[in-house]
Amino acid sequence: MKSFFRSELAALALFAAIIFTMPVWLAPFGADYPDLLQKFVIYGIFAIGFNILFGLTGYLSFGHAAFLGVGSYAAMWSFKLLTMNVVPAVFFAVLMSGLFAYVIGYISLRRSGIYFSILTLAFAQMCYSTAYSVLTPITNGETGLRLTLRDPRLIDNALAAPGAGLPQPSFFGINMLGYPGFYFSAGMLVVCFFIARRIFRSPFGLMLIGIKSNQRRMRYTGLNTRPYALAAFVISGMFAGLAGALLVVTDPLAGAERMQWTASGEVVLMTILGGAGTLVGPILGAGLIKYFENIFSAINDHTIAAAVSFLPAPVEKPLVSVLSLFVGDGWELTLGVLFMLIVIFLPGGIMEGLRRIVRLFRGGGGGRQLPEAVVQPAE
Amino acid sequence: MDAIVLQFLNGLDKGGAYALIALGLTLVFGTLGVVNFAHGALFMLGAFCAVAFNRLITLQKVTIDPTQKTAWGTNLEIKTPYVEAWLGKFGHFILNYSVPVSIILAIPVMLLVGIAMERGLIRHFYRRPHADQILVTFGLAIVIQEIIKHFFGANPIPLSAPAAVSGSANVGAWLGLGSSVVYPWWRLVYFGFSLLVIAAVFAFLQFTTYGMVVRAGMRDSETVGLLGINIQKRFTVVFGIAAVVAGIAGVMYTPILPPDYHLGMEFLVLSFVVVVVGGMGSLTGAVLAGFLLGILQSFASMNQIKQIVPGIDQIIIYLIAIIVLLTLPRGLMGREGIMED
Repeated sequence: MKSFFRSELAALALFAAIIFTMPVWLAPFGADYPDLLQKFVIYGIFAIGFNILFGLTGYLSFGHAAFLGVGSYAAMWSFKLLTMNVVPAVFFAVLMSGLFAYVIGYISLRRSGIYFSILTLAFAQMCYSTAYSVLTPITNGETGLRLTLRDPRLIDNALAAPGAGLPQPSFFGINMLGYPGFYFSAGMLVVCFFIARRIFRSPFGLMLIGIKSNQRRMRYTGLNTRPYALAAFVISGMFAGLAGALLVVTDPLAGAERMQWTASGEVVLMTILGGAGTLVGPILGAGLIKYFENIFSAINDHTIAAAVSFLPAPVEKPLVSVLSLFVGDGWELTLGVLFMLIVIFLPGGIMEGLRRIVRLFRGGGGGRQLPEAVVQPAE
Repeated sequence: MDAIVLQFLNGLDKGGAYALIALGLTLVFGTLGVVNFAHGALFMLGAFCAVAFNRLITLQKVTIDPTQKTAWGTNLEIKTPYVEAWLGKFGHFILNYSVPVSIILAIPVMLLVGIAMERGLIRHFYRRPHADQILVTFGLAIVIQEIIKHFFGANPIPLSAPAAVSGSANVGAWLGLGSSVVYPWWRLVYFGFSLLVIAAVFAFLQFTTYGMVVRAGMRDSETVGLLGINIQKRFTVVFGIAAVVAGIAGVMYTPILPPDYHLGMEFLVLSFVVVVVGGMGSLTGAVLAGFLLGILQSFASMNQIKQIVPGIDQIIIYLIAIIVLLTLPRGLMGREGIMED
């Protein structure tokens, strides 16, 4: 039985089943609408990609949102110039973000530690600022790049006369808005998960973990670590590009704010929250943050007041005013506090927490034991 | 020539702000070895000290004058701030000079915040990897930012400079360049102020015994500890001082840029670039790089230069950071062995 669960196919099938049935089992949490489900899986892909870099090599990039943005713009241009089919869009997005990641990674990986973080941050901010100002012909600046009726769409228009309204992204005729978009993105997530799993268990992945543990020692053994780190950087950039493309597939609009450094910070939060260096953790973290963003920001004072109305008035009033700090517009406060608590008490993230709970119930070595996958900075 | 002088001046006040924040960051890094991503939030907190002080002293007493009528036929309301009602001329002076006066409020507040932050949070992160320090202070920055947003709203809050220095200085006439070079007085004041604070911090470190011990601790805290000095306590105070420097830099910056809750983050990103360009751990480097980048940024926003290289004003700082990091791995004046292992 155990060997069956260990097998590649079974793990993948289980993962796919969980992802594809999300609309069913997330219904009790009020998260079963396509917009949110799409965000779960798309940011899951983004976080898996980030984790391949940060979780395995320990290089903390603060500019990963740039690749997300590049992917979005590339996919959008594929829609505008070629066809509304999503396959070329995804292909070009991954290609372009991979190229960007190669160039940026080639330069940034010359340094490590905080210098690497600052370099990636600088590149991402440069992409963001130029997308807003000089590159307006390509990015449409502040308005954001959107579909218009006058787009050439060479392939589509050669095959059939353009319709009256704005066309929508499609996968060989299946409209990609709403649930089909979710299933398409979910399929991509399963593929990405499979790739990440293979990377984690390959000699290449072990090499990356070696870089994280002790880069100097790796070098002393006569190994040039930089190509490995660069490969990890490019792969994670491509994942980000794919996520960017899927954002555009499900909602054809690309804006520069996607590349801002706060967006880069968000993916860091997701990965840490879930557990850096674990396979499933980043997906969990991404889902949780997006869930908070959507659900917590929708709660207002009245909802809280209704929820705690059974308490006596002198307790209720201050409780409501304190709780209201954390919801609505203040949901980011919840995020910040949660994140701080995780970093302080549970550096391994949610996955570490789960592991501790499991250990507690099995009665083995108690709840506390040093995590195996504490993230060390790249040195 | 006029344009060059003007751009040079333009860079000074922004450079001053960068230099002050970078100075604090470097101090914290040099003493405690902690990368503090919440330092920008301290700058923002300082700016909001000024806002809070301003709110406090402009609380108004409303008296109704039954003898006079407004155009709508209601009784005329006369609003006088309590400060003015109670203190008369001096109250009026405080109202006028609310921004510089709020430094008096900001110093104890920031010192407390800084020490509380160090004792409550940062202390537990000395031995943790730099990545963890970055992450936890980043989380703290979000928390501070959101609390400020809750109390002061999301919109920028403008504050005015004192009337005496709210106009423009005819800098051109001083230099004999004709009257086309005029420059806001307050920005000149800010530049002077930043120089003063920088000089004070350096003097504190250089000419006092306390500062000498701190400098020794930056070199080798273990040996200083072995000599029977509680170096940890002094480092905590240094963290408080860094918070104060960031805070009062924020206070004085409010008339130049109306503060909002994410002011700190914008400055933080640039200040980190400044610190890295100046060289991690070098105070002089941080100050020099702050002014250098501020001035270069303002030159890059000249129209003549923008015509040659479009968009250069947006990316110049990052571009320089990339060039410096790739050619001078330790930044302009970085010491050996800092963040290199």
